[in-house]
Amino acid sequence: MTLLSTRGLSKSFDGLQAVSAVDFDLPQGEIRALIGPNGAGKTTFVGMVCGRIPPSAGQVMFDGQDITSLPAHKRILLGMAYTFQITSVFARLDVSENVALAARRRHPPKKVAVAVDEALARVGLSDRSDEEAGNLSYGHQRLLEIAMGLAQKPRLLILDEPTQGLSEGEIAGFKDLIRDLAKEATILLIEHNMSVVMETADRVSVLDFGVLLAEGTPAEIHANAAVQAAYLGTG
Amino acid sequence: MSGARVLTLHLGLLVLLFALHFVLPAYHHGNLARIMVLAAYAVGYNILFGYTGLLSLGHALFFAAGMYGLGLMIQHGGATPAPAFMVGVLAGAVVAGLLALLALRTTGVAFMIVTLMFAQAGYLTILYFGEWTRGDEGFVIQQAQRLLWGIDLSQPTARYFAAWALFSTAFLVSLWLVRRPFGRTLIAIRENEERVRMLGYDTHAHKLGAMVISGTIAAAAGAAYGLLFGYAGASFASVQYSIFPLLWVLLGGAGTVLGPFVGTLFMFYLIDLSSGITSAYMLIAGVTLVLLTLFAPQGLVGELRARAFRWLP
Repeated sequence: MTLLSTRGLSKSFDGLQAVSAVDFDLPQGEIRALIGPNGAGKTTFVGMVCGRIPPSAGQVMFDGQDITSLPAHKRILLGMAYTFQITSVFARLDVSENVALAARRRHPPKKVAVAVDEALARVGLSDRSDEEAGNLSYGHQRLLEIAMGLAQKPRLLILDEPTQGLSEGEIAGFKDLIRDLAKEATILLIEHNMSVVMETADRVSVLDFGVLLAEGTPAEIHANAAVQAAYLGTG
Repeated sequence: MSGARVLTLHLGLLVLLFALHFVLPAYHHGNLARIMVLAAYAVGYNILFGYTGLLSLGHALFFAAGMYGLGLMIQHGGATPAPAFMVGVLAGAVVAGLLALLALRTTGVAFMIVTLMFAQAGYLTILYFGEWTRGDEGFVIQQAQRLLWGIDLSQPTARYFAAWALFSTAFLVSLWLVRRPFGRTLIAIRENEERVRMLGYDTHAHKLGAMVISGTIAAAAGAAYGLLFGYAGASFASVQYSIFPLLWVLLGGAGTVLGPFVGTLFMFYLIDLSSGITSAYMLIAGVTLVLLTLFAPQGLVGELRARAFRWLP
């Protein structure tokens, strides 16, 4: 079953075509990586998917419903979660309150505390729950972002460059986390780190200059000549 | 458990204020009644500014809506204080809702200017209808018109307890609100609105709610001020009365439940005491304010929270 699809989705900023007529389908349960060079339109594309950016043309369908005209907060309530590319936690609030804000939208009041504990345990931040989020290390803030996504119990989790700025060790832990998350949510992952893409994604979509250049399994993409020319290089 | 500590501290303040009635000399007793009404105004302002992060320069409009809603009902409608007070509060809620619908289309500096402009328009409207409002000169609400259920609100004791009841209500509403999910969401909006939106919250509706609650409390304070001190005048709708709550809240600590009261008390006595020393009392007040902004930028209670008592709401 297709959870998310777009048809002819386009965005232009003052004449600059950031995304052109993208037809995209994401089946339920898949881990899909979205890759492409800087400025390829990846963040703009997912911005239109989750409602942060209004499209210039085209449609977004989620779970068989046309959501193109829905505001962002209503899309989130349908079961999307979006973690920001630039760490965007509530720095002056407690770690647990950060996750609770996410959880309250999804869980009845009495279950919020449990959901918060669960989400923090999943990412390994249980012992930091009373700290101010701004005092966490960068890597831990990224994990907190993911915990906030988890607490929303999303059907589609959109992760915008989650491993950016993480250490090698943290990235290894992150790969395990992604595979674990895929049991309950469909994942759309914008990622620059090729080892993460190759080891976690079921399929890969490549954007280049706002156009969907190729789609396939990690191995196919790795071997694709056009992708190599545009992005991966031949080395 | 910090919940019990919070409750003890805040209820303790209300008990203390209640008890002060029996020990304060007449002069300070009268002052404190006035401070409590103004502090209720500041509490309302703090919900929008301190907790939601929206800086309004137009709260005098809500304060005056309450004051004139009550005053005009008594003066021209022949109403008794209780229904007149309700009309005042309702007027404030409606005005706040309407202004919110317009002003919340803007953010930041534009929001400040839009609220300021509408408040000025309200002030000029009061002057324009001078036939009923008596404009700048205002009108006195007579002692005979200030009998609430047979209690003469012009008497110091009744006035003190009415002010205490008003302040307690506003204070407890504010404490309750910021510990509820709705209030926690407002705080999150202050910190990072876009993130809150992307967690699935309708941030516009939340800000609208915050502004209506804030304006309604301000209107209740305005109505009570007219009723307890027997006067309604256009000066309460002037820009000065929009700036006052901002100052009080900043001094006491924006985004703290105790801050508005502490700030109002501090500012009131700062001016009161310095005017006893010199005729250039505004100079003393000004210098103190500058020093406070330099050394306690988060306000008195805000600094306490940052340095020692992180559990303060």
